[in-house]
Amino acid sequence: MSAPVVRKIVIIALGGVLAGFAGADFYRGRHRREPVVVGPSVAEVKTLAEYFPPLLGTVNDLNIYVLEGKKPGGTFLVLGGSHPEEPAGRLAAWILAENGEMEAGRLFVVLSACRSGTTVTRPSGAYPADYTIPTPWGGQTFRMGDRWANPLDQWPDPEVYIHYPTRQQLAYMDIRNLNRAWPGRPNGTLTEKTTYAFIKLIEKEKVDVVIDLHEAELQYPVISTIVVHQKGLDLAAMVSMILTDDEFKMGMEKSPVELRGLSHREIGDHTDAIPLLFESPEPFLDATRGRTDAKLLLEGKDEFVVKAGKRGLLFEKIDEKGWPIDIRVGRHTSAILETLDVWTTDHPDKPVIMTHVPKYAEVIARGTGTFLRDPSKADPKTVHYE
Amino acid sequence: MIITIFYYLLVACVVALLGWNLVKSRKWQEEVLYVIVLLPFVLRLLRLK
Repeated sequence: MSAPVVRKIVIIALGGVLAGFAGADFYRGRHRREPVVVGPSVAEVKTLAEYFPPLLGTVNDLNIYVLEGKKPGGTFLVLGGSHPEEPAGRLAAWILAENGEMEAGRLFVVLSACRSGTTVTRPSGAYPADYTIPTPWGGQTFRMGDRWANPLDQWPDPEVYIHYPTRQQLAYMDIRNLNRAWPGRPNGTLTEKTTYAFIKLIEKEKVDVVIDLHEAELQYPVISTIVVHQKGLDLAAMVSMILTDDEFKMGMEKSPVELRGLSHREIGDHTDAIPLLFESPEPFLDATRGRTDAKLLLEGKDEFVVKAGKRGLLFEKIDEKGWPIDIRVGRHTSAILETLDVWTTDHPDKPVIMTHVPKYAEVIARGTGTFLRDPSKADPKTVHYE
Repeated sequence: MIITIFYYLLVACVVALLGWNLVKSRKWQEEVLYVIVLLPFVLRLLRLK
């Protein structure tokens, strides 16, 4: 065998080793199982395909945890993981599914609204593949995820994404963005089929209020706020005022009529439900951030973002203490609980009352991991996987 | 779905072309470059990334 041939074989073999390591890492990231130990009020775990059968067998045939109250009442839907790279939303939803006890009404909880997006990280973003929340029993590891669905599940992207049904032109990659694909359509992309299925769920289950949990970079003006469709202004205003008075600053913004594809616009326009979207601050998402690792994701500390703040470039305060995950998760749990309270006060005929979910101060004091349950010690019948 | 299949066929064509160039190359620097460029295409074909 000639020397050039041997050289080529060696180089190809080295490339194969690199591809093997990278491929194994990507495969693990895509297939990591995330346990959920459902709480006592979870009467049923449905799947999204039950509302739209063409999703059956796809990556977005996701779990829906149905918490039933002892008394009848209204119905809420909480969406975590619309943007999986915003982990406070998923973790807050996790706490609801594992701890929430319903006194009245029904609560549908989704932990991975864009499940496809949880199986990938941002190309060239040097994102961590996963992150671990410390718990009293060790720790629970979650897939990092991305803002968009995995290109392995929906590819290629068009030059311009034309939103259905308004035909508004949006950025090309947002065709894989769950929160740009509402209200969806039955014969569309995987992402559009997913939002269409959620619309069917909202209609069939007569959902009164939808809460979509998000996080935002500090350089984005829509932050630490509730974005609400015009038909939910009274509800959101009351929640915003009570939270700001009692716990933390929470703004309120009316959903712009001309901004299409978002949950707070399209769910309100196409169903009877009131959609609310909560934003908490996540420095990990800021363009001026430094090293993009799990530490930044969980601690929310970044010297470059702090510098940007000192130069007046941010829409939310930040200092050396950062925005730790417990604060961000606590904001979401408190905002959800306050929304239930205000709703129940305003609609005594359709109460939705939930207990055993920690509020802001308790999540900060005890840590998010305190409220995650150990799957190895749980009854196997109560353990599900995301 | 049809467009997706065409894109996978395009990726396979690119892999074949890069592979052919790798075989015909005489410089080791180019061979390393071809292998590095091939990696993401191969990972996509294998539906890993």
